Amino acid sequence: MTAPDALTQHTFVAYVEDQPGVLNRIASLFRRRNFNIISLNVGRTHVPGISRMTVVVEADDDKAMRIEANLYKLVNVLSVEDITNQPNIVRDIALIKVKAPPEKRSEVLQLCQVFRARAVDVGPDALVVEITGTQDKIMGLLTILEPFGVLEMVQSGTVAMTRGAVGSAAKALTQDRPRIVA
Amino acid sequence: MAQPSTHPTPQGMPQQQPAIRTLTGAAIIWDVLERQGVEVVFGYPGGAIMPAYDALPGSTIRHVLVRHEQGAAHMADGYARASGRVGVCVATSGPGATNLVTGIANAMMDSIPMVAITGQVPSTLIGSDAFQETDFTGVTLPITKHNLLVTRCEDIMPAIKQAFYIASSGRPGPVVVDITKDAQNQSMQYEYDPSPVRLPGYRPERQPLPEELKEAVEMIMESKRPMIFCGHGVTEANATSLLLELVHKTDIPVALTLLGLGGFPAQHPRSLGMMGMHGEAWVNTAIQEADLIIALGMRFDDRVTGNLKTYAQNAKKIHVELDPAEINKNVKVDLPLLGDVRDILRQLVPHVGKVDCAEWVRHIEELKGDSAVRDIQDLPDSGQLFAAHVIHDLWRYTEGKALVVTDVGQHQMWEAQYYKHDHPRKLLTSGGAGTMGFALPAAMGARLACPKDEIWVIAGDGGFQMTAAELATCSQENIKVNVAIINNGFLGMVRQWQQFFYGGRYVATPIKSPDYVLLAQAHGLKGICVKSRSEVKAAVEQARANPETTLIDFRVAQEDSVYPMVPAGADLDAMIRRPKPEVKSAPHNPIFETGDDK
Repeated sequence: MTAPDALTQHTFVAYVEDQPGVLNRIASLFRRRNFNIISLNVGRTHVPGISRMTVVVEADDDKAMRIEANLYKLVNVLSVEDITNQPNIVRDIALIKVKAPPEKRSEVLQLCQVFRARAVDVGPDALVVEITGTQDKIMGLLTILEPFGVLEMVQSGTVAMTRGAVGSAAKALTQDRPRIVA
Repeated sequence: MAQPSTHPTPQGMPQQQPAIRTLTGAAIIWDVLERQGVEVVFGYPGGAIMPAYDALPGSTIRHVLVRHEQGAAHMADGYARASGRVGVCVATSGPGATNLVTGIANAMMDSIPMVAITGQVPSTLIGSDAFQETDFTGVTLPITKHNLLVTRCEDIMPAIKQAFYIASSGRPGPVVVDITKDAQNQSMQYEYDPSPVRLPGYRPERQPLPEELKEAVEMIMESKRPMIFCGHGVTEANATSLLLELVHKTDIPVALTLLGLGGFPAQHPRSLGMMGMHGEAWVNTAIQEADLIIALGMRFDDRVTGNLKTYAQNAKKIHVELDPAEINKNVKVDLPLLGDVRDILRQLVPHVGKVDCAEWVRHIEELKGDSAVRDIQDLPDSGQLFAAHVIHDLWRYTEGKALVVTDVGQHQMWEAQYYKHDHPRKLLTSGGAGTMGFALPAAMGARLACPKDEIWVIAGDGGFQMTAAELATCSQENIKVNVAIINNGFLGMVRQWQQFFYGGRYVATPIKSPDYVLLAQAHGLKGICVKSRSEVKAAVEQARANPETTLIDFRVAQEDSVYPMVPAGADLDAMIRRPKPEVKSAPHNPIFETGDDK
């Protein structure tokens, strides 16, 4: 646990109804309550009609509690869990387009191998490298590739999941699921 | 909420028609509203809501045509506050809808159950910047409990049912249902589905754990200097009788928030009065000395706490609250009890007994000596009419039984100080949002909720002029309320701040009023002008006797201030007090100056 007043990154997992405007409601809530989003990711789940969000926010523990309570107040939010202090898996994915003329190509590929990144496109003068991992790992590769000349980069938001058995947010989803009117 | 269990089921509407009918979306709107028990809506027609208005004559619902949609929202709000039921307002798209915004935000801040039905441009035109198109669900997203955009006829019934359920359950709030014109025009085979609304992500009910309740009882019984805070949640949960039981059993004194007034009888021996910025001096002093605060359905607003760093440092805090997002928001509490105030009191009361706080109660009684009472006693008896006189007299002549609706500003604070409310839902006021112009329309809504009550609007000359157009609605709809305008020729509260904090520079605060007697007459109503204390009684009696809405223009002292006052952000016990008059011209209390006073 962190000290009560320390600003840390909190990672929330939220299940939401897959309806138009839900992302807007969540983003609006964070803006209105002055909660600073570091990363936000939304995607479909194996359950039809339900999306899962991973939100990383800078907050102390009190604020994190209020974020969770405020998320619950949104009618389209089905369940929320702050997984910060649980064993978890946190991943980002990045695509990096790096300058790699034929004479440099093998050197770049070798470095990528160290990071378990892989080339997904090879052009005459550039490579597109895909890397999955934590922020630190991605930033590590980026630093190494910078001298070659990074041409473009894109990164997903963080996705996260607790280790071990079913997380409480997912559990809440399967228990007592009343039917949806409308 | 008042009757959470009653609303999902139809209110026993006689079923003449066959169960399945072919109806337009417009007709479905009214049918669903009727089945939620709606008797009256407040609204204003326009292009995108015209199909709905065209279908209105087939309904049992009364429509009140307002003069500005803000009035419609405040009327729905006043209806809801007075009755505990959901208030409904209707407007067209674009400017009609955006005119509701202030009223919706006001309802949100004070947790008022309200449903706003708005027309929207046809679904095929959404996003095209069509005539009178505004993204109203976007606009109202941060000021509603929830909102819904309906683009298909078949979604109208579930959307309105959901809106009523969400508005009235848990911590109440406003819900917007924005319905496109094509959805209103479509027809479908319609049958009302009376089954209760169930939303998977919405859990309005909460229950504290038994060990938390046990801890609360222990904290209460061990306290020596306890106080109960009565907030709006006591009224919203209809918990007044249980609070009375709690006080009778424990003997703990009660302080109230502005919206809590009436939730505990003002004339009860353990009632201390209002807390906060313009609260009683002894209350604020006691809060700083208390060792236990039992906060019931309130949210520690900055107008209540003053400086958070020095607020109630000696007190442990039990926070009884329905909304988990309020816990530790402003004030860090020792024990949150999540749930409905009434449910929790029902579980607590049997386990508490008399608390050993007689010494504490005696101490607070002593504090009263140096208090707001002094503030009134020191009003110079110069023959001038003071707002305090007017409100005190109104309280006496109405025997404290009127339903009073106040606007925002000095008169609102004076009303809270001098009109003693002994029953819940008898003071309606805009607390959180502080919306000027609230009083007249809200009182008109309250009139339709409570046809038998004596209703008084108390408004300042500034706020009254903001929604004075609704006088025409009073006239057209035969809505009778009494209006006391506390007319001091200033935007008084801002003037007071200018006097205290801005070097007495009265910038943009002197305000001219129309001749209110003529204004009333122009609307076919009655108007009276009162300039001295001796005229108050006759004017009040005349207003009460008149069958139509009657305005009384009380010309009160121009530069009077509300005391005591905790400057914004100052320590709660660092109050500005009424300056002692240099010549003590009133040895007796001028507030009790008339012969028939007791």
